[in-house]
Amino acid sequence: MQINGGSVIAMVGKNCVAIASDLRLGNQALTVATNFEKVFPVTDRIYLGMAGLATDVLTLRERFRFRVNMYTIKEEREIEPETFAHLVSSTLYERRFGPYFIEPIIAGITSPAKGSKPFIAGADLIGCLNFAKDFVVVGTASDELFGIAEGLWEPDLEPEDLFETISQTFLNAVDRDAFSGWGAIVHIITPEKVITRKLQARMD
Amino acid sequence: MNTLVSRYASTSATLELQDKDGLEDENVSDTMWGSSAGFGNLGPGGLKFDIPAVHSPTDFLRLHTDDHADPSCRIKIKHGTTTLAFRFKGGVIVAVDSRATAGSYIASGTVKKVIEINKFLLGTMAGGAADCQYWETYLGIQCRLHELRNRERISVAAASKYLSNLVYSYKGMGLSMGTMICGWDKTGPALFYVDSDGTRLKGDVFSVGSGSTFAYGVLDQGYHWDMTDEEAQELGRRSIYAAGHRDAYSGNTLNLYHVKEDGWRFIGNYDISKLHYDGPGDVPGSTGKGYGYEERTAGLSSSDFQEVVA
Repeated sequence: MQINGGSVIAMVGKNCVAIASDLRLGNQALTVATNFEKVFPVTDRIYLGMAGLATDVLTLRERFRFRVNMYTIKEEREIEPETFAHLVSSTLYERRFGPYFIEPIIAGITSPAKGSKPFIAGADLIGCLNFAKDFVVVGTASDELFGIAEGLWEPDLEPEDLFETISQTFLNAVDRDAFSGWGAIVHIITPEKVITRKLQARMD
Repeated sequence: MNTLVSRYASTSATLELQDKDGLEDENVSDTMWGSSAGFGNLGPGGLKFDIPAVHSPTDFLRLHTDDHADPSCRIKIKHGTTTLAFRFKGGVIVAVDSRATAGSYIASGTVKKVIEINKFLLGTMAGGAADCQYWETYLGIQCRLHELRNRERISVAAASKYLSNLVYSYKGMGLSMGTMICGWDKTGPALFYVDSDGTRLKGDVFSVGSGSTFAYGVLDQGYHWDMTDEEAQELGRRSIYAAGHRDAYSGNTLNLYHVKEDGWRFIGNYDISKLHYDGPGDVPGSTGKGYGYEERTAGLSSSDFQEVVA
């Protein structure tokens, strides 16, 4: 988990969710790239973040794209965030005895038919789901993220306030971790739209 | 003062005699100096450290510190650093980062890795922070005594040799230090690399620590003997920045020193991320641009989008 480095966090707000990742790709202590995003869109209102071994992040991104496409074709509807979380979980547990070295985070808004409710979930590398009501964190800076999020997060934040909270949490956490940082990207997901912003971060 | 001089101005032979008589320094008690391993009992007899009461102190220490192999051990010594020093026409430039890590955790971003031994001597810190701090301060004491005994300043060569002989006498006991002793003496600007293996090297350009390869890259590319002071200081800054940017274990801020004929001068403390985006600000030698690749090359590449004006 420490080879490539990187961290992801997701937070719940009032009728919105936010998910953020850093941009570092490292080879041990050497920073190889500073444009490696770890959060990917799954549908228009579901985002998936992965921290851990970079090669598995890329492999699983494609694997989940394939599986979500198959789901959409068979069911003739978009997948729900909770359903997707279970798809992630079972995909990871398939490799119970030779796991992918990533920990995923899912952030999304349920369909209007289900009330457009905010949803976040995290899992460990073999798919044990954690449906948190406040925030989930993974990656090399997870200890720092937990601590700061515990201090800054509060319930029912509006999108702009949630953006501020997740950004401050994330930037300050990765500044105490040697393997995360070098830029950050934040997605704010509301029922209407997704706002994506790159943050200016420390580059050391 | 005179009593102090006369006490320490004795020859080594008389010191040995005093030692045999078991004479102790009575005016200065150990507690005045804080610890029994402090500098108070340096006079006769030399240093005494408590040794753990185990079969093999060396193996015991290796087992419980992250000496080389085992990163999961409980006692973590500060590792991961970039320090550099180079000699040129105008003196010696010394530049270091300020990050201290314990595993992947950044324990501090405000470490002073340049040790000011005296007005004319600087030492850098890489490896064990305590080892460097303690022994280089101790070196400072010995350099002062040399000055009082011989009525002239110690040469950088002699000072560095004193340190290397000293750490060599502790070889195998877990000391960890990679240091550069920099100064100006009768011979002009002088620079020596000394480490805890006992290596002592004279040279023009050195860099030590996990980020040293990155620093060397920039340093070798920009170095020449006839640099101006401004060019040299900028090269020091630029080299440490490169290491701070690429090496996970280096960063936060940079401390820059310049040693000249009349002693060393502290040039400044620079935030490495600020250097990336904005550069060092209004200082001699600065290009006025950020050091970061995108900041330096914005608008210069053919792949950059350019709006065509009709």
